[in-house]
Amino acid sequence: MSNGINFAFLDEYAKREIRRSVIKAICIPGYQVPYSSREMPMGRGFGTGGLQLTLALIGADDTLKVIDQGSDDSVNAVNLRKFIEMTCPGIATTTHLQEATLIQSRHRIPEQALRADQILVLQVPYPDALVIVEPSEDKRKIMHGEADYSRLLVKLYEDIVKFDEITISHRYPTRINGHYIIDPSPIPRYDVPRLNHSEALILFGAGREKKIYAVPPHCLAEPLAFDDVPFRIEDFTDSNGERRACKLCGSKTSFLDEFIDEQGARVYQCSDSDYCEQQQELAHG
Amino acid sequence: MGYVAIKGGGRAIDGAADALELLRTRQGESAKPLDTDTIEKQLYFLHSRILSEGGLYHPQLASLAIKQSLGDTLEASFALRAYRSTKPRLLETPVHDTSNMRLIRRISASFKDIPGGQMLGPTTDYALRLLRMDLLNESPEQFQAIAKTLLAGLPQQSGADSFPKVLDSLRAEGLLPQVNQAAREQPFDITREPLIFPVPRSAALATMARGETGSLLAIAYSNMRGYGDVHPTVAELRVGYLPVMLPHPITGELTEVGEVLMTECEVVAMYQDDDNKSVPSFTLGYGACFGHNEVKAISMAILDRALQKGMQDGAENPSEDPEFVLLHVDGIDSMGFASHYKMPHYVTFQSDMDRLRTTQQKQEAGHE
Repeated sequence: MSNGINFAFLDEYAKREIRRSVIKAICIPGYQVPYSSREMPMGRGFGTGGLQLTLALIGADDTLKVIDQGSDDSVNAVNLRKFIEMTCPGIATTTHLQEATLIQSRHRIPEQALRADQILVLQVPYPDALVIVEPSEDKRKIMHGEADYSRLLVKLYEDIVKFDEITISHRYPTRINGHYIIDPSPIPRYDVPRLNHSEALILFGAGREKKIYAVPPHCLAEPLAFDDVPFRIEDFTDSNGERRACKLCGSKTSFLDEFIDEQGARVYQCSDSDYCEQQQELAHG
Repeated sequence: MGYVAIKGGGRAIDGAADALELLRTRQGESAKPLDTDTIEKQLYFLHSRILSEGGLYHPQLASLAIKQSLGDTLEASFALRAYRSTKPRLLETPVHDTSNMRLIRRISASFKDIPGGQMLGPTTDYALRLLRMDLLNESPEQFQAIAKTLLAGLPQQSGADSFPKVLDSLRAEGLLPQVNQAAREQPFDITREPLIFPVPRSAALATMARGETGSLLAIAYSNMRGYGDVHPTVAELRVGYLPVMLPHPITGELTEVGEVLMTECEVVAMYQDDDNKSVPSFTLGYGACFGHNEVKAISMAILDRALQKGMQDGAENPSEDPEFVLLHVDGIDSMGFASHYKMPHYVTFQSDMDRLRTTQQKQEAGHE
């Protein structure tokens, strides 16, 4: 890149600080490691935390996949990928999950299972699951240290009393390795069980809030629930009790996006575009 | 419909960049682009604001940031701040004594007569805000003639341009506590360390020094109006050029490497300490930032006082709560997060609909 910008944009001291924070995050699963977090040339809230992780980890022999809402071609994914390609000469990019060594994502964990040689980086707007019950970071830090999650449980209980249902739709509080509860980023509940005993390392980067945390491979990740009120993922069954299918690939297991087509009918299709295309190719041989 | 809602992102982004470039150049083929020197000199206060909120003293790049962002203060500061991320920190400056400032303006609201005298300097404070219609069609000749006349009238030797601080005389009279040199902490570098509360005062000051002017003003104003009780008096407000001293790479001797335009404000406030039996004295709030930004420096000084009170006695108002103030005054953070809501949230919204429908169904079933 012109005007003398370093490989992967950040100066080497900044990258080293991030990698050290990552190591600490892996050693203390679910603990939010504070780091200084540089300003990136895209908006805070657009994935600057995930981006800093990617830039600190990426090397010239890496193959990168960037997705947003499950799609490689949404504006923000394109924007991030272009920036990383521009500042990291030599890296390869892909839309195929299987080819990627490093995957940066917003709001989704890819549909297909990750491998041990892959790292998933998730972009995080709110790193702390306790923020819905306690605005002060200072107090939340103490609550985390003491594993005092009683107010979160009360919030879930109040939901059940009021609505007969836990109303947390995404960013579902998840306990990691039996201690810290994390905000798993705004992934749908559908994606939460895939944090549990993942083959791949999963890293979370919150740029604006200046935190890095991790769910290491083969680590316990349990969504918060009660013995008699189990955790439930999004319901994609229709009025006849049948699981809805993707209108493009026919998958009856994937997370679906819902929209209204030109005829005004409600239709569904896979949110993970790479998965959907692979399923279509399989079907057409 | 396919993936239309989410595909074609690359083309759309390129198109948006072109559309913005068209907006910048739409004055047409006969128009002249803004040059960075003109921005620095004629959009002086805008430029000052970007220097300060961008947190990087680079006058030329600040002008460039203003030019490319079409004058959006948040965007311009943001571009300057992002540029800063690419640069390592090579040196730390020693603590600077602002009595060495080469002043262009200096006032005190606490004393009529201050050592060195008051110097009103360039200010709109007492200007009538009547639109100057004569500037609507100002010709280059008229503009240059004004400059020529004013420059010719300047005295050759302006005498002393640095002055003692008003606070020093207050300290000499015992109205303010002496500076505790021993307690002086190593300054906290907010660009290299995250804020973990409670934070030292230097971290609070650094955060506010590059904070967004409007955000600082809004929270400081809440304190002034009654959500707080700082009741400040401006002991001294000074604007000028501070020589920057760095150790010489070989001899280690402090050497002047340049100067930075900055604004500094010290407010004195009443303070009653009920428990402590020590001699009562005034308390101090301090504000300082790059560029000529008086409202920002005053707001910062008031907030510094409010935060010190909050740290000591516990926050009774938002302006006294370090977390509330320091985590919400950064323009780059707040504007980024406000803008991010424009991005697709299809997946989370799908989850939201799932919860709402399930809850609705349960409630309907309950009413039957």
